Amino acid sequence: MSPMSATECLLQMCDERFELEDYQSGVPRWCTGCGDNAILAAVQRLCRDEGLRPEKTVFVSGIGCSSRFPHYMRTYGFHGIHGRALPIAEGVKMARPDLTVFVNTGDGDCCSIGAAHWIHAIRYNMNLTVFLHDNQIYGLTKKQASPTSPVGTRTNTTPRGSYLEALNPLTVTLGVQNVSFVAQAVDWAPELLYDIVKAAYHHKGLSFVRIVQRCPEWMPKLLDPWLHDPGRVQLLHHRNGLLPGAGSVKVYTNQLEHDPSDINRAREIASNTQVVPVGILYRNPEVPCYEDLIGSDKLRTADVTRAGLNAELDKHTVWPRESHA
Amino acid sequence: MTTLSEHIVEIISDSGEGAQKCGQSLGSIAAQMGYGVWTTEIIPAEIRPPARSVAGGSGVRIRIGSGPVTNGGDETDLVVAFNEQVLLGRVRAKELKSNCIILLENMWRGHADPTIAAAYVETYDRLVAAGYRVHEIPMEQECRALVADGRRGKNMFALGMLCGIYSLDLKLAADQVVQTFGKKDQHVVEANLRLLEAGHRWAAANLDFCYGIPAIGSTEPQIVVNGNTALALGVLASGMEICAMYPITPATSASHYLSDVFEQVGGIVHQAEDEIAACAFAIGASYAGKCAVTITSGPGFSLKQEGIGLAVMGEIPLVVVNVQRGGPSTGQPTKTEQGDLMTAIFGSHGDAPKVVMAPATIEDCFYSIITARRIAETFNMVVVVLSDATLATSQQPFPRPVFSESWMAPPVDQSAVPERARPYDWDATTGLAHRFVPGQPGGMHTLTGLAHDRDSHVAYDADSNEQGLRARSLKLAALQKTLAAPPVHGDATGDLLVIGWGSTKGAIEEAVDAMRVEGHRVSSTHLRFLQPLPPGIKEIMQGFEQVMTVESNWSDDPESAIIDDPNRRYSALAMLLRARYLVDVDCFSEVRGQPIRPSAIRRVISRKLERVSGKVATS
Ligand SMILES: Cc1ncc(C[n+]2csc(CCOP(=O)(O)OP(=O)(O)O)c2C)c(N)n1
Ligand code: SF4
Ligand SMILES: [Mg+2]
Repeated sequence: MSPMSATECLLQMCDERFELEDYQSGVPRWCTGCGDNAILAAVQRLCRDEGLRPEKTVFVSGIGCSSRFPHYMRTYGFHGIHGRALPIAEGVKMARPDLTVFVNTGDGDCCSIGAAHWIHAIRYNMNLTVFLHDNQIYGLTKKQASPTSPVGTRTNTTPRGSYLEALNPLTVTLGVQNVSFVAQAVDWAPELLYDIVKAAYHHKGLSFVRIVQRCPEWMPKLLDPWLHDPGRVQLLHHRNGLLPGAGSVKVYTNQLEHDPSDINRAREIASNTQVVPVGILYRNPEVPCYEDLIGSDKLRTADVTRAGLNAELDKHTVWPRESHA
Repeated sequence: MTTLSEHIVEIISDSGEGAQKCGQSLGSIAAQMGYGVWTTEIIPAEIRPPARSVAGGSGVRIRIGSGPVTNGGDETDLVVAFNEQVLLGRVRAKELKSNCIILLENMWRGHADPTIAAAYVETYDRLVAAGYRVHEIPMEQECRALVADGRRGKNMFALGMLCGIYSLDLKLAADQVVQTFGKKDQHVVEANLRLLEAGHRWAAANLDFCYGIPAIGSTEPQIVVNGNTALALGVLASGMEICAMYPITPATSASHYLSDVFEQVGGIVHQAEDEIAACAFAIGASYAGKCAVTITSGPGFSLKQEGIGLAVMGEIPLVVVNVQRGGPSTGQPTKTEQGDLMTAIFGSHGDAPKVVMAPATIEDCFYSIITARRIAETFNMVVVVLSDATLATSQQPFPRPVFSESWMAPPVDQSAVPERARPYDWDATTGLAHRFVPGQPGGMHTLTGLAHDRDSHVAYDADSNEQGLRARSLKLAALQKTLAAPPVHGDATGDLLVIGWGSTKGAIEEAVDAMRVEGHRVSSTHLRFLQPLPPGIKEIMQGFEQVMTVESNWSDDPESAIIDDPNRRYSALAMLLRARYLVDVDCFSEVRGQPIRPSAIRRVISRKLERVSGKVATS
């Protein structure tokens, strides 16, 4: 084979278009009507449109229905253990900044067992795109209360209704130092979901997207009030944020112009539980990424290692004295 | 001058008074002169214990010998103490020989506070009455003649005295002082040199004893570091790029050292939010192609167990270092123990085969990390390295390593995966499979902690599950085939074989040597691999009438009232050997937070041999 010219090479790369099938793997085993299907479709579309090389893309998840996500992507995937998707993804990214890393995590996975990692992942602000599949219930383990279940939710562990007010993932995230991107989407508005997922992908830093996700199996009626009344979806738009398409604007008429650089306003909007704000709540591209702060600029070659090791050994070496020869 | 073959000396003070610096310097000088040395830090359990407290002593203990010294030895021969309370702590811990020479700061005798003065006099009188050879020394007073703050200069004065007492080269000591204080300004260096010389003069003029230890000397350059620094240097040399950790005593100093130097060779230390995250982070990095290490101690090791199971299941290489301390729970954070062997082997849940190694010397701490990384990546396994607080805080010179490129990991494989290759194409004989790393075209798959088939697809069927279990287990057998039988220390046959692992090696071999000199037919062997156990152990045991382990973890004393054969709990290694080889392996163990002394092992060996010969006589 003769060597390729640069032009040929470029042409070939342009030729290399990816189709949706290039990202699809197997038949998802989620229940019919499960919101995870919509998230999968939006993300596969994103990968295709952005031309993400499947071998350079990694989806990392914990455990839960939603954490099955990587299995349905024809990319690299890491289906980890419950609650630990974020630190695993951080390790992947730290070792391999050349990879595009996504995280799929459930509300139990992220906001309960993995809560410590959630807080710290936001503070590290590594360049990861995180999807919180928030169905407000433990799906996989068959209907137990989650930290995001609304107070009074009847589940197998709270048969007379859950006792505590729900934790709000948006306000929690917005309260952490170094937060750099927070958005919210709902699974039943696919165009908006796609727009938001795309904006999240393009942000450098940790983009946290809470996706309100339906679980028809355990919580068939939970989101009905929101589904049936588009007015309860509050569409956030701004020239520095999301500019929703005509279709979305037509359906979701409850609209709010919100500049995503305004964190105090973002916190206010996030605190309003009467509506579901959809769009970008906060974005700050200036927050440094941990991997850029901590990463060594030296390449770990044998020569560098030999020199570094010898320099250290020199500090601790006692040399034989001639008098003892 | 009295000639000695070895001496144990310690310097002890309130923390912050510089006894540690004095002791470390003494160790370095002795090592440079070609003595065998083993230095051990004496660490108070609290950061800033109150002054003059029995439990607050901080310092260093140095065993100096004419030949190689492999352990901290028995009781102390000579101690320099800056006050009588920290000294009392050592007396009560039975660390001093009954006729130990004590060089005691005497400023307390005339102290303005009458209770302090009285306490001093009372202790002094009692120690003298008990037979200790106490010399009162006006250290602070002598120092004040030279520097404004006598309290701060005392340690170098003491160093000077010790150089005089042990006939050490004062020029070398001066070089050491320059090196220690070189970063500070010239006045500080000069003041300390004056103190050193003053101490030396004072000893010559006022003490009626002086020792010489003939040094055999070493002809090669040696490294003097403690086990944790050796571990960190091993990480440096191994080619690993990422160390993820959460602070925990006594492991932390390894990460401190790494944090300081790792960047220079392209590495990073990630201080995670907890040990679970540290383990997960390391697993993520390893999965992505860069084998990582996570360093911890007991409680953190427990937190990592679920992650370790994931790495086992996903066949992700991972190096986990556990610098063992006293347990369970928070236990004795600064004290040594070998209590985590069973957790290391059987930890996590389900069948989670992993490799377990234990360095036995400071030098081993360095090389074991390099070996661990290599095994982890060759077999796609978790390798646990069990060090302990003794190794972590002790120094013993070892030959300066010469870097070899083969220590380093090969670059991350980014070549395309052949068509139809499968991520878990387990070899039927060895269980080994290739691993596809992100970035490799055609290798896309989702690694999962769920039961999976060769395609890494979740599979709950009986055959897939069994195949996976078999493959992961076979890798241990495959590794075992590459290991050599452990060498026997002493003759290959005899009345008693002592088996140990980890930091007890020096003490065991010293005791065995001493018993052999007395004509006893005892030998020892030391295991560096605990999982898999190397071949040949059964054959070695067959050469002896009796076998026993010596370990620093709990075992029931067979003499206790309700302890009998059916309920006796054996030490960890003894239990493993009994189970695997169906040999009646006895054990002796001590869990006193201190290294087991050679004298204790000698006593046990004697007792054991008596029983053997007793049996022979009656049968
Ligand atoms: C350490 C551990 N504890 C508990 C479980 C059981 N478990 C699996 S998934 C899950 C909760 C799943 O809820 P969520 O994260 O919200 O995901 P969903 O199934 O709703 O998508 C639990 C408790 C586990 N796998 N591991
Ligand atoms: S149980 Fe709920 S979350 Fe899980 S797959 Fe079914 S619908 Fe989706
Ligand atoms: Mg859920």
